[in-house]
Amino acid sequence: MTRGVRHGLGLAALWLLLAPAGDALGAQSPPQRPAERLEVPPPPFSDGIFPCSACHASMKVNRARRPLNDMHADIVLAHDAEHRWCLDCHDAENRDMLHLASGERVSFDESYRLCGQCHGEKYRDWRAGVHGRRTGDWNGHKAYLLCANCHNPHQPHFKAIEPKPAPVRPSRPRK
Amino acid sequence: MDHPVTLAAPCPPRETAVQTRSPRVSRREFASCAAAAAAGWLMTACGPRRLHELSKDQLRSRLRDLEREYSRRYSATVTVADTPAMPGVLFAYALDISRCIGCRRCVYACVEENNQSRDPQVHWIKVLQMDKERGVDFTHADPYYEPREVPEDKHFYVPVACQQCRNAPCTKVCPTGATWTEPDGIVVIDYDWCIGCRYCMAACPYGARHFNWGEPSIPKGQLNPKTHVLGNRPRPKGVVEKCTFCIQRTRNGRYPACVEVCPVGARKFGNLLDPESEIRYIIEHKRVLVLKEDLNTVPKFFYFYAT
Repeated sequence: MTRGVRHGLGLAALWLLLAPAGDALGAQSPPQRPAERLEVPPPPFSDGIFPCSACHASMKVNRARRPLNDMHADIVLAHDAEHRWCLDCHDAENRDMLHLASGERVSFDESYRLCGQCHGEKYRDWRAGVHGRRTGDWNGHKAYLLCANCHNPHQPHFKAIEPKPAPVRPSRPRK
Repeated sequence: MDHPVTLAAPCPPRETAVQTRSPRVSRREFASCAAAAAAGWLMTACGPRRLHELSKDQLRSRLRDLEREYSRRYSATVTVADTPAMPGVLFAYALDISRCIGCRRCVYACVEENNQSRDPQVHWIKVLQMDKERGVDFTHADPYYEPREVPEDKHFYVPVACQQCRNAPCTKVCPTGATWTEPDGIVVIDYDWCIGCRYCMAACPYGARHFNWGEPSIPKGQLNPKTHVLGNRPRPKGVVEKCTFCIQRTRNGRYPACVEVCPVGARKFGNLLDPESEIRYIIEHKRVLVLKEDLNTVPKFFYFYAT
């Protein structure tokens, strides 16, 4: 019995020693990449806005939360605005990229990985083809849309749209 | 079953009270009845055959005839396919009630894809506006809503088309066998055999079948020239038509038109027999319902809530 206890203690000590190392290893390993390549359309940039570095390369990084007056005044942030600011998603060092919470840079073509950090359930459904629109073949090549093709990333909530005309009420045919 | 006597007892002929003499059949009457019967038999025997009775050559020539007729009438190169069901496929549909905003884009995409008559108007999809307070309640559903913008507060929307039932009441009542379920689960109509009795419309609990009361009209240039003989080929007046899961598209692997047009991605389609399909994912992971489940029609059209 004593031997068993000693054995258990030894194992626990070993685990305590190894656990932090394991965590560190886990943190360093790259985040899981999507297994299959996803066919996505190009991100919906406003005209003449990309590459961002065309202007930003020569500008100093200003991380302060402030009203944007000179440029990007049309952007209204209604996406958890209380907790979020431009550089939480847009990368300050490489302006033509976005970044994840881990610091890993992702291109605008892969922006779904950025969205998926918070909206995990939607991300999972989207990858399964259940969230969002798909076109193409039900048994073959399927075209996805990026999150940003439907949701404005700065104001993701859908806007109301005009419906198509109501059907005509039944009546006697003319002839 | 317990009282066959009352059921089987023939009604006494009305005339007996008035007419005492049994009616004699004249030679002329007999001859004309016999001739009519013979003509009827001849017309059935030599008339149009059912699609599955036709030989390959006969079917091909029938389809070419249709193509020529439609091409002439609509001044376009119309094709009429008879693409068969793929083996190992059972089609199913799923619609996300939590996303549909009732914009009716699907209704009009369907009209264009499937060559529905514009006037008189035929819509295979009917979008029902329902009250959130009442839930799915057909008694208070309104298909004629016309606000400036959708979705409206306190409302949700349930688009209804053919539910492609596995236990379809419509196919059982057809007196001519003009409608049946295909091996891939699509309930189809042979417009050549439909006599327009509309029994199937009475039998369908979803109002999914539509009758061509007038001569269907499709403006020239608006006809979808890619047609299927059991689907979107132009229909004559006096026949019933319905959603076929876009048979002309889906049997070639494509998504139905309504799936591709939905701006909120509420419409999903796939193979029920494929465990990797979107449909199976939905059934296994989401809250799913079918309409009027208590009628035991066993629809292959599922409604679900993704959120």
